[in-house]
Amino acid sequence: EGGHGPYQPHEPGYGLDQPAYSPYEDEIPDAQARMLAIKNAKAYLLKTSTKSGLNLYDHFATILTKILDEQPENTVDIIETISQDVKWAQFRKKMDTLRDEHLIPPTFEAAEKCKALFVKEAGEEEHEELDEEMGEPALPNVMETAFYFEQAGIGLSKDECYYIFLAFKNLITVQPIQTCRFWGKILGLEMNYIIAEVQLREGEEEEERGEEEEETVAEEEKEMGEGEEDEEQKEKEPEPPKSTYKPPPEIPKEANGTGTNKYVYFVCNEPGKPWVKLPPVTPAQIVCARQIKKFFTGRLDAPIVSFPPFPGNEANYLRAQIARISAGTHVSPTGFYQFPEDEEEEEGGDTYEENPEFEPPPVAEMVESLAMWAHHVKGILKQGRCVWINPAQKSEEDEEEGEEEEEEEEEEHQEETGQPLLTLISEDEGMKNIPAWTAQASTNLIPEYSIAILQSNRWPGAYAFASGRKFENIYFGWGHKYSPESHTPALPPPAEAEFPIEPGITEAADPTVEEELAFKAAQEEALAEAEEEEEEEGEDD
Amino acid sequence: MEALSLPAALSLVAGGGAGLSPELRAALGASLPLLQRDYRFERVWFWGCIQGVRGAYYIAQGLGPDRAAPRSRLYSLNCLDWSLLTPATEEMLALAEEVKGRFQGDPSFEYSLAEINPEAAARLVQSGKEPVMKEEARLIATIEQIDRAVGIVPRGAFVKTPLGSVHENRHFEGLSLAEAKKLSSYFHFTEPTNLKNKTLLEKADLDPSTDFLNSLEHDIPQGKGSWSIQLEKGGSVVVLRSLLWLGLTFYHVPMTKQFGYVYFGTGEKNLDLPFML
Repeated sequence: EGGHGPYQPHEPGYGLDQPAYSPYEDEIPDAQARMLAIKNAKAYLLKTSTKSGLNLYDHFATILTKILDEQPENTVDIIETISQDVKWAQFRKKMDTLRDEHLIPPTFEAAEKCKALFVKEAGEEEHEELDEEMGEPALPNVMETAFYFEQAGIGLSKDECYYIFLAFKNLITVQPIQTCRFWGKILGLEMNYIIAEVQLREGEEEEERGEEEEETVAEEEKEMGEGEEDEEQKEKEPEPPKSTYKPPPEIPKEANGTGTNKYVYFVCNEPGKPWVKLPPVTPAQIVCARQIKKFFTGRLDAPIVSFPPFPGNEANYLRAQIARISAGTHVSPTGFYQFPEDEEEEEGGDTYEENPEFEPPPVAEMVESLAMWAHHVKGILKQGRCVWINPAQKSEEDEEEGEEEEEEEEEEHQEETGQPLLTLISEDEGMKNIPAWTAQASTNLIPEYSIAILQSNRWPGAYAFASGRKFENIYFGWGHKYSPESHTPALPPPAEAEFPIEPGITEAADPTVEEELAFKAAQEEALAEAEEEEEEEGEDD
Repeated sequence: MEALSLPAALSLVAGGGAGLSPELRAALGASLPLLQRDYRFERVWFWGCIQGVRGAYYIAQGLGPDRAAPRSRLYSLNCLDWSLLTPATEEMLALAEEVKGRFQGDPSFEYSLAEINPEAAARLVQSGKEPVMKEEARLIATIEQIDRAVGIVPRGAFVKTPLGSVHENRHFEGLSLAEAKKLSSYFHFTEPTNLKNKTLLEKADLDPSTDFLNSLEHDIPQGKGSWSIQLEKGGSVVVLRSLLWLGLTFYHVPMTKQFGYVYFGTGEKNLDLPFML
């Protein structure tokens, strides 16, 4: 008061230093002075900020307009966020003179792919005629299966099921398929796998086998050619000691169409993406898959870093787990399948056919007794195959190349037998006090329409249902076996033994000084005797 | 997940293959509002289902006005009749760590501690109780462990008022697609433990009303983390699955207010996680 004056009329703040004219007083009795105070206050509010170009007056006006338009509850609690939002909105509009590039989020690309599933191809009519000739439809009724499993609370959302249905239709038109089934879904870290179990038409499989054989023959020829060159080089240089380690003979994989390779599997990450065929599984892969436990990433070419080192990449690991799950959990009502009567019943019988005289037992019985269900996939032996093969037989070929001494060191391989096909699941062992299977009816309130549901406890995520003549197996899960104890990784093998003992490297105690002197004296005596003998001989001459 | 949005939420979570049968859904639709009325909860969440060998437990949670307060938990065997569970105690949690294996499905089943952990059994006998653990107590402890370890919410969905209570943020419009792919956009909905350990630089950027919880970035194991983030349907839903407690699925539709988590599993911790990554 009185420190800054006197103000000139053209300066702001004119008249403010008078008492009763300052805007900081509550009451201004004089009407004219009040108007002036209001104008000054408004002028202050209209001051443009140097940083953002906004002013407080407009900002408050926008906020109040927004609040009065929207009328949210408890506005006073969220007033700060409203203010922030208004500022944010203003900022964007004012500063961008260029239009934003129209970003296409991946959502729309995926929607395009899904839409493509619905489009009917031009060559559809020809395929329909072919199907009539073939007889049974190859396309599985995924929606019907999904309905039954939904009664138990298992399954994907209806939309996803329908996309999978359409994806199967695409698969059938592209690949020569005889029968096809939705095997299940395996979850992964980055992406998931949708798996189709398929039997190809007979001609197609032979073509593939022919290709594989040609490849292996070409590789062997290359190796022979290189071997000859190496031998020439080796003759010149001294050879380092050869290792006497002979790896165990490789167990051959089962032929396509039998045992673990009975079905061919196609996978895709999402319905709409292309289907990829998984390679056949080898026994070494199954044996190794039993010892490791790894999450799937969702990319088929991802390497599997583990100990023992897995012979293959994620596609092979996936195929091995699929084989194990199928062998362990694919069941059907007892009596639905039977052995064909024409063939003699061998222990290693792999074929089964539907029993035309099968009478489906009532649901209550299916739930109560596990003996009403049977496996229809052969179990996998410890060797990694369904049918045991003696690896010693193959080593006959190696006789010509290897040394004879090594044959005697081979161990005797004991023949392994597994359970025959169509074993009842009541014979499955449980773990500790947990049975291998849990059976339930889908509903207790409406027993006449309930279905029997089986859940596997050994492979969590494997389910089966049966209702009358219909039954189906499916898998939804991460692809690992349940173990009551924690997973213990295999220990590395013990360190190799030392090199074999040979006389040149055997340790012996050094002779003591007395022994050396005695030896030297004995040598000198012998020399002296020899010289005397020569002299005598010389004298004789 | 919110009881009211249950049908839509279940279809978003169904990617893992686990869900509820139509009978159970209908039962929940009828019994959860009744729960809300009887217990005077402000919100009722369907927590999920723990599969036992002979039966399954269905769990619901009720929340009061302060969302971060200890929640009331109820369980049911048929989604119709609910029984209140007592709050978890530290002792129960410690004992439940010892018991391994599947749940049996019978709430009165007793685990004999003498076989599993003789020391704990001896302690119990000394204090005058029997050396057993009831399945109900194991259930309580497991639910509490799962909630503490992997119960998550998106960043900004909840705000802390100056008085300390936590409410839903009515101004939460959802995470953007870019934010939804990052682990740091999700928080554990439990007492924060490592907020004090953050450097001053990090704390300066935080907003105390929304960043009062632990984010998922620092979950063990470091690097890959114990979560699998996937965008389903080309990014219209982001689904997080826990690898530590297999079966916990969290979903969020970006740019909307929809989010929630549910547990469908066996109730066992995945201790093999370090070997499996």
